[in-house]
Amino acid sequence: MGDHHHGPAKGLGRWLFTTNHKDIGTMYLWFSFAMFILGGFFAMVIRAELFQPGMQLIDPAFFNQMTTLHGLIMVFGAIMPSFVGLANWLIPMMIGAPDMALPRMNNWSFWILPPTFLLLASTLFMEGGAPAFGWTFYAPLSTTYAPPSVTFFIFSVHVLGLSSIMGSINIIATVMNMRAPGMTYMKMPLFVWTWLITAFLLVAVMPVLAGAVTMMLMDIHFGTSFFSAAGGGDPVLFQHVFWFFGHPEVYIIILPAFGVVSQIIPAFSRKPLFGYDSMVYATASIAFLSFIVWAHHMYTVGMPVAGELFFMYATMLIAVPTGVKVFNWISTMWRGAMTFETPMLFSIGFLVLFTLGGFTGLMLSIAPADFQYHDSYFVVAHFHYVMVAGAVFSMTAAIYFWLPKWCGRMYNETMGKTHFWISFIGFNLTFFPQHFVGLAGMPRRIPDYALQFADFNMMSSIGAFIYGASQILFLYNVIATIVAGEPTSEEKVWDGAEGLEWTLPTPAPYHTFETPPPVK
Amino acid sequence: MGFKAKRLLQLAVAPVLLLMSVIAFAADGGLSSINMSPGVTEVGRQIYDLHMIILGICVVIGVLVFGVMFYSIIYHRKSRGVTPATFHESTKVEIAWTIVPFIILIAMAVPATTTLLDIYDNDEAQLNVIVKGYQWKWKYEYINEEGDNVAFFSNLRTPQAEIYNTEAKGENYLLEVDEPLVLPANTKIRFLVTANDVIHSWWVPQLAVKRDAIPGFINEISTRTADEGVYRGQCAELCGKEHGFMPIVVNVVSKEEYAEWFANKQAEAKEVNDLMAQTFGMDDLMTRGKSVYERSCLACHGANGEGGVGTAIAGSTVATGDVSGHLDIGINGVPGTAMQAFGGQLNDVDMAAVITYQRNAFGNNMGDLIQPIDVYNHKKGQ
Repeated sequence: MGDHHHGPAKGLGRWLFTTNHKDIGTMYLWFSFAMFILGGFFAMVIRAELFQPGMQLIDPAFFNQMTTLHGLIMVFGAIMPSFVGLANWLIPMMIGAPDMALPRMNNWSFWILPPTFLLLASTLFMEGGAPAFGWTFYAPLSTTYAPPSVTFFIFSVHVLGLSSIMGSINIIATVMNMRAPGMTYMKMPLFVWTWLITAFLLVAVMPVLAGAVTMMLMDIHFGTSFFSAAGGGDPVLFQHVFWFFGHPEVYIIILPAFGVVSQIIPAFSRKPLFGYDSMVYATASIAFLSFIVWAHHMYTVGMPVAGELFFMYATMLIAVPTGVKVFNWISTMWRGAMTFETPMLFSIGFLVLFTLGGFTGLMLSIAPADFQYHDSYFVVAHFHYVMVAGAVFSMTAAIYFWLPKWCGRMYNETMGKTHFWISFIGFNLTFFPQHFVGLAGMPRRIPDYALQFADFNMMSSIGAFIYGASQILFLYNVIATIVAGEPTSEEKVWDGAEGLEWTLPTPAPYHTFETPPPVK
Repeated sequence: MGFKAKRLLQLAVAPVLLLMSVIAFAADGGLSSINMSPGVTEVGRQIYDLHMIILGICVVIGVLVFGVMFYSIIYHRKSRGVTPATFHESTKVEIAWTIVPFIILIAMAVPATTTLLDIYDNDEAQLNVIVKGYQWKWKYEYINEEGDNVAFFSNLRTPQAEIYNTEAKGENYLLEVDEPLVLPANTKIRFLVTANDVIHSWWVPQLAVKRDAIPGFINEISTRTADEGVYRGQCAELCGKEHGFMPIVVNVVSKEEYAEWFANKQAEAKEVNDLMAQTFGMDDLMTRGKSVYERSCLACHGANGEGGVGTAIAGSTVATGDVSGHLDIGINGVPGTAMQAFGGQLNDVDMAAVITYQRNAFGNNMGDLIQPIDVYNHKKGQ
């Protein structure tokens, strides 16, 4: 242990064998950004094909591969690992710990990801093409009628589930055991709280997903009939199992985002977070409710009316804790002394657009109305408002907020603000018109559409290209900051920021807290 | 606070009025390209009203919440030289904004429940129609208590040339079929929805009907047709390559017209029955076979039998091998693959024609002639 105080090792070995939470966090963040670009590229292909009615660039089979991989890569490759990366960087810094509790497992949970996604992306070049059954992979389209590459897809899902579970166990162990003396649960920063709850959700539902794909594997290769009525099985069983994973999954994505904005809004309002306790309870309520609402994705499968009513009421209830959160954020801003640097802009963008996504979520929860919304572009608009404007905006805010702390260099504020406004306009131009075409009857996942949807689709595509292009600006700004940003050594990069991470020197040292910091 | 509250109210009211008037305009049906259609059925109207109520409530809440937020953004900024307040909790306020939304939700749940129960009222249908999803077409079967059932497939009619942009697109591009579902007006219809292969979803927005078609299970959903008219919809659940190309067209006609149409369909079915007893020449079989091929095989096996999702037919061991093996695959499909059993989808005349076509087109030139009776015997012999 003699070299404990040395800095990072040199060369490739530093990254391959590292057990340092910051190195691993960095790798997670870069990896997820690479996946974000790849998934985004697939989205551009989709929007280019949908620019005009008629088939222009790709054939329908490839279109389905694009929508499938776009969804899978964005959910499992971009958003989830990005928040794990953020957790790796920030949790030890926020709770006054030297590192994560299980550093070797931390290394392993990251390094199994890149080969997995390489495998998943390689299915594009396999005979029969990549998976083309949507990211929700409903049986029997994903079993009997799937291309041979489905087996590789199943293996990928198994491995990335493993990675998520290891990451979660690490976070739970760290938060439970490594808090500095005096850091009681109810003093933890909200980001740590939301991640703790998220980690429990992940540990609970990732095995369910593994179960679903294992049953698919058995149906495809070993002659079982879990999802085939001809052999006594039931295709709807797949949907129940999938959404029992899938609904908590959407909260797995959004809860850490809640945590991020709960750190940023108080900092730029120069006022403590309003209703800390109720924020914690609301997060826990949302997590609990997420387990009893899964079938609201399945209102049209022909459930008995009692089932429809139960899932409708349970889903509507989610509006209550979510509303509490939004009200708390706004109360935090109320009578503060706000400034609007890039992280704050993205957080306000999050607040406005996530709330819109919440409203459409409430509309979708109403079972009879859902009969008209279900599987239309209205749903596409809804979940992009919560996933992109929710998770991705808050992630972007987080990068701008903590990057100066991490690397001791300030990003270019003008470029950051420009990035925000281009993103904001591009995003809304892409997804707001999709509410209209959805309500007017355009189904999702179609490569070509009737003529009355043409104008809004063109608008959507233009918006998507703008939003996509704005990410290049983001990448440039981040790299420019790391390489040549204006150096800063102030501990509190933002004058209103609170928390242990801002008591560390800037840039944050390689090893975080070697002795536990005092906690007020 | 009194002054601020008043000011807030002013800020909030104007956009509410503006938005409500936009919605009211949309509600008129004048702007159906941006809103849900109330459709032509009682249930559709109910769903539409529910949708508008909830949208209205969301808009009001949204305007209030964003009103407060933007007021704060404008007035509580550091550049105005304000000192930040330090308050950070209030149990009373937290309780209030837990209970008030809860009450609003209950107010929403009441009409939602009523509408749902109405939709689930499947009693006393006057006409039962089986809707069966296939990759990638719909089959409609009328269950008829007197005489034969009538059944037919409904395929996309839009030509490939329009889809691939070599011809101008027609008015009902992608929403037109060779044979629509015909229903009598002012009748309670019960749809029994199922599927042959993967999950599809039968959606006609204007009839407010959407039900998943699940292989091996039968879902039921009812509607009462109102006015005569043509209503168009699409498959709503991703079902593979041609998911975007299996539209639904429902033709609601007067009861008299319906009766006449139904009698014609029965006569047509009888005619096919008669054809089955006949023997055809090569030219007849090839012409008929080509059109059957384009309708049923082309999507997977390619326009020139070159293959795609399915295996190639040009020069294949099946199409150039034993006739009975070829018939067997055509009739029973290949279990565990996307090759369906076409024995139930094509009548014996069409099956004979398409097998003949496959064995003689694409350079296969086997010279075989397969007659309807051969198909019949093959089925019988199983």
